[in-house]
Amino acid sequence: MRGLGLESYYRRRVLDPAARAIRPDGLSPRFDFTSYVTTLPDGTSSLTLAIDGLHCAACVWLIESVLSRLPGVVSGRVNMTTRRLRLLWRTSEADPQELVARIVALGYRLTPFDEAAADDEGEARLRGLLRAMAVAGFAAGNVMLLSVSVWAGHAQDMGPATRDLMHWISALIAVPAIAYAGQPFFRPAIAALSAGRVNMDVPISLAVILATGMSLLQTATSQPHAWFDSAITLLFFLLAGRYLDARSRGRARGVAANLLALRVRAVTAVEAGGGMRVIAPTDVKAGMTVMVAAGERIPVDGAIASGTSDIDTAAITGESIPCPARPGDRVMAGTVNLTGPLRITVDSVGENTTLAEILRLVETAEQGRARYVALADRVARLYAPAVHSLALVAFVGWLLSGVGWQASLLVAIAVLIITCPCALALAVPAVQVAAAGRLLQGGVLVKSATALERLAEADTVVFDKTGTLTEGHPVLLRDGNWSEDDLAEAAALAAASRHPLARALAAATPGARPAEAVEEIPGSGLRLGAVRLGSRDWCCAGPAEEADGPELWFARPGMPVLRFAFRNEPRRDAGEVVAALQRMGYRVELLSGDRPAVAGAMAGRLGIAYWRGGCTPAAKAARLRQLAAAGHRVCMVGDGLNDAPALRLAHVSLSPAEAMEIAQNAADAVFQGDRLHPVLELLTVARRARRLVLQNLGLAFAYNAVTIPLAMAGLVTPLIAALAMSGSSILVVGNALRLGRGPRR
Amino acid sequence: MSVLLYLIPIAVGLGLLGLVAFLWALKSGQFDDMDGAASRILFDDDPPEGDKDKTDNP
Repeated sequence: MRGLGLESYYRRRVLDPAARAIRPDGLSPRFDFTSYVTTLPDGTSSLTLAIDGLHCAACVWLIESVLSRLPGVVSGRVNMTTRRLRLLWRTSEADPQELVARIVALGYRLTPFDEAAADDEGEARLRGLLRAMAVAGFAAGNVMLLSVSVWAGHAQDMGPATRDLMHWISALIAVPAIAYAGQPFFRPAIAALSAGRVNMDVPISLAVILATGMSLLQTATSQPHAWFDSAITLLFFLLAGRYLDARSRGRARGVAANLLALRVRAVTAVEAGGGMRVIAPTDVKAGMTVMVAAGERIPVDGAIASGTSDIDTAAITGESIPCPARPGDRVMAGTVNLTGPLRITVDSVGENTTLAEILRLVETAEQGRARYVALADRVARLYAPAVHSLALVAFVGWLLSGVGWQASLLVAIAVLIITCPCALALAVPAVQVAAAGRLLQGGVLVKSATALERLAEADTVVFDKTGTLTEGHPVLLRDGNWSEDDLAEAAALAAASRHPLARALAAATPGARPAEAVEEIPGSGLRLGAVRLGSRDWCCAGPAEEADGPELWFARPGMPVLRFAFRNEPRRDAGEVVAALQRMGYRVELLSGDRPAVAGAMAGRLGIAYWRGGCTPAAKAARLRQLAAAGHRVCMVGDGLNDAPALRLAHVSLSPAEAMEIAQNAADAVFQGDRLHPVLELLTVARRARRLVLQNLGLAFAYNAVTIPLAMAGLVTPLIAALAMSGSSILVVGNALRLGRGPRR
Repeated sequence: MSVLLYLIPIAVGLGLLGLVAFLWALKSGQFDDMDGAASRILFDDDPPEGDKDKTDNP
């Protein structure tokens, strides 16, 4: 960095003390970017990458400055909102691997991001909404200006000719604007009606179209009142609400997509001639041999052709102790190879893998949640018929009183306009935007539109153990069977290994230096001369007994053999969160794939009364069905592949950001960080959000209770309608914004 | 009141101008990265200190 003359980076950066330090990750594979590069017709190529480790604007400046100095680079632009880098270079003059290597050398992690997926329909929809909002905003401002002069003219002495001119100009602006900007509401309304349903868009569309149509009629017949301003202002408010809602959700989904992209791993295939080739996981065929380095996730189902190692199967089975693997053993996709390089012969791909089996379970579990109807639409189902019959009553009533059908129709339409659910349609999205914004700041990404409503209904919280309640790495148990000197000696060996137990041992001794010439025997342990650290039989400590937890044995010539016991520690605040949930009245349950003894011990430590161990993915799903049948609304928190069917089946589900891709896709919300507290925060915010939504709906109904009688009495003028509508909208949005404040624990 | 005949078109025209400017800005991607743009302005690009050839060893 110094050589580049960019030292000023250090003056400019603003470090967030809570953020973890960037370190070059020795594990990240050398990815083959060629399949992600798009070549443009003008001789340049582009590549989009997700960036990890971006702290502040100085990082953006640093990356862009470095790139701008490299030859052949046309542009390298970092988008700080989406945390993506878009590289554009002249194809013949630069090599993408080289460009990426420069950024990686600065300490950032980069992963290719599929541009087709990045530019998805959500983005296009968001732009469409913003365009519609701009058009509606422009029209609303100008029509309102004209309307104010008409209202003033009613009080003073504006001539009918001037008034009609004003109305005609308003129509000229408002009608095309409504035709364009109303589409985000008209289309879903038509879709709902043709499916025989009613949603919030139906009364909105009806009111806007009727108000416009009637105003045109009034203008054509030179009547004193026209409603163009109400129609277009209403549309503008609603578009603003819908845009903010879509944006906050799109943002959460974008961050979640980045998290997943950052963990994409390529597969290293061994060719017949012995050469290596990096290919995409989808290109793997049965019969191929695949190379998996120590520390990598195994991408395929197969049998070990050569090499010995330890396999961490926590993601598939929930088992917390790694098991040794030798040539001929079967391994499953999704497990992690810990200690030694393996060559694996692929025996099944696609439909026959364990992964596909779990995916099938996920798919069959999917239907339940799709039936959930959002609160706003449930209200609309009652509201729309009620409003429409009120309008009908007004029409028939005035007709019977003998004022003629035209005047009666005017009153009926006035009723429809004044009851147009402006406040009602804003009541829910405004709260959801405030809630999602608050949660996003705390590192919680809410992906599903109805997740908050479903969360607020949950009465049972089911946790997975490994990786959810625990962080997934073991901690040395200080049981007093050994001295600090023993520990220091063992740690010197352990520091040379990537095995999780060895790492835990090294982590227990701050400043442990790896001893030189340590030899790692995969599946057994570590050796330095005659000193051995590893499994029980490898250290000659007698025949294996059933261990009550993970353990390492330490043998030195002429000294008694020592045992280091480990325990999977729960997340720092797990006990606190479980206790708080129970205080709030939730029934907390533990479902683990780990052995019953281990699951039971964890449940006992955290004070969880209901627990089950040894659950297969299907057993977890079955338990959730059982709970649902008993009338419980379950919130499932899990991270492994084995949790994915249960996550999909639950009323609502959460998963930590380190979770497997399938689990994250199945979950409604993803939380970042190494604490469990976001679960509590999510449930609390969801409950508060529901309370605010109900308050808002109450406010909207109160407003209607006042204005509907006025409208039915034929007293509503455009001025009253505009005031009532804006006033109630502002009230509802202001109430929703209260969610952003309040205690943040 | 005849003043309205040209004042209203001027007002609407100015509004349209603003709308077109906004749509153009939206189309050219100026709203894609609100966070980055806010802080990007704070960094002025000084000419790099020292020789440009040194860029080969970061």
